[in-house]
Amino acid sequence: MRDGLVAIKGVKDGLLVSLNESEDWQRVINDLAARIDEQSSFFAGAKISVDIGTRPVPKYALSSLKALLERRNLMLSVIISDSDTTLEAAQALDLRTAIATEKPGQPQPTDTINPEEDGSPGVLIRRTLRSGRIIRSAGHVIVLGDVNPGAEIIAHGDVIVWGVLRGSVHAGAEGDTGAIVCALEMTPMQLRIAGVAAQLPNPKRRTPAPEIARLEQAQVVIISWNR
Amino acid sequence: MAANQMRGKVVTITSGKGGVGKTTTTANLGVALARLDQKVVVVDTDIGLRNLDVIMGLENRIVYDLVDVVEGRSKLKQALIKHKQLPELYLIPAAQTRDKTAVSPQDMIQITNELRKEFDFIILDSPAGIERGFRNALAPADEVLIVTNPEVSAVRDADRIIGLIEAQNKGPAKLILNRVKMDMVKRGEMLSPTDVTDILAIKLIGIIPEDELVVSASNNGIPVTLNETSKAGMAYRNIARRLMGESVPFMPLESNTGFFQRLAKLFTGD
Ligand SMILES: Nc1ncnc2c1ncn2[C@@H]1O[C@H](COP(=O)(O)OP(=O)(O)OP(=O)(O)O)[C@@H](O)[C@H]1O
Ligand SMILES: [Mg+2]
Repeated sequence: MRDGLVAIKGVKDGLLVSLNESEDWQRVINDLAARIDEQSSFFAGAKISVDIGTRPVPKYALSSLKALLERRNLMLSVIISDSDTTLEAAQALDLRTAIATEKPGQPQPTDTINPEEDGSPGVLIRRTLRSGRIIRSAGHVIVLGDVNPGAEIIAHGDVIVWGVLRGSVHAGAEGDTGAIVCALEMTPMQLRIAGVAAQLPNPKRRTPAPEIARLEQAQVVIISWNR
Repeated sequence: MAANQMRGKVVTITSGKGGVGKTTTTANLGVALARLDQKVVVVDTDIGLRNLDVIMGLENRIVYDLVDVVEGRSKLKQALIKHKQLPELYLIPAAQTRDKTAVSPQDMIQITNELRKEFDFIILDSPAGIERGFRNALAPADEVLIVTNPEVSAVRDADRIIGLIEAQNKGPAKLILNRVKMDMVKRGEMLSPTDVTDILAIKLIGIIPEDELVVSASNNGIPVTLNETSKAGMAYRNIARRLMGESVPFMPLESNTGFFQRLAKLFTGD
């Protein structure tokens, strides 16, 4: 992927742009700008992580990269580099940074280096949610315990229950159709993903085994965890 | 802390949902513990809806009540009503006033601290709900017993109460499952003890069968546990012994079912 000037791939919450380390910086940047302008719909609104590799990039150059992206309504979310100069410059510009872990010649960093690992927001609840408890989160919700009838979880992200899910859950509550719900035992009173309610089997027919619920063709499907 | 140096133990009986058998349980555990030579006082904290005195057959002996003590009209000793047959059993009745805020959690802590010096067990009958009266009864508790029925709505309310008790660091509460009809459980028409403990995830300290004798006993002011033939009475006596730290095997509510073997593990102390 490093033979071109710029490599672009989609990652969980945006785009990862890898810049050639050895070609002239201005050529690389011009190429990036051209690529964005050609495919503006592909880039629209995306969060961009830029992997600069080992090249030391001074602050003014990084600042103009940031401005270039901002003019195109793109948010530069993370600078990935293993040059101290570049990392310091990024920090001076208040940009988030990550250190590249790849060795030259090895495959491109995959999803391991992106904002997902830097921390996707979420709450961890280390107890059973009893009746009357309502948990709202703009991120994911993880419960180490049961979710009892009368308890409710509303999460913009995923919901993971390390226990029996008997209460009500809404994952992807702000419309994230990729959100999932999983539980060691899935007997919810109500289960919704991105507003779509699941047809629930008779709770008497218990499957005391882990299951995962997700949207497929605008329907909630619940399948065994180890499919 | 200071409270623990004193001899008495405060046991609070509560439920969330009303009408599940808190007052019946309070009266019967009081009687059963007194018959085990414990010095016991049962306290009705259900201000405005007093009825523990009726079930204990002491209604006509009331002079002072809990609110009189709190408001200084009576000394604590004057409000203690002695049981007719059991010399080691006393009652402090609730007031008939409508003002439910007449007693505060702090008042209850003070009063029970006094009672701890004299009694082995102080049993507090809590009102239904999660309001002031519940908080009054919870504040001084050393041990909390949740009464519930094998019904979805009662279990739901019990669950909520258990959450509140945990949040106050008063747990773990123990469970009394009241009004169980074993034949219905077997036919799958009633929640089984395991169904209930699966959800509530607290230890059972007793299962009380549905028993007509409970109603007539309460109406006559003679708690059912004084009746040696009653199964509910026997179940209450077992709980009393468990409260005293004995490991009492579960009672066969019905003969010879393997079901009760499996119940054994739900109980505390096993
Ligand atoms: N095991 C039982 N078998 C049959 N009847 C019972 C049993 N336990 C309780 N009852 C009956 O249920 C009714 C309610 O009981 P009780 O007054 O003890 O409930 P409570 O929880 O104190 O109610 P409240 O919330 O109103 O204070 C009474 O009529 C009582 O006799
Ligand atoms: Mg009552």
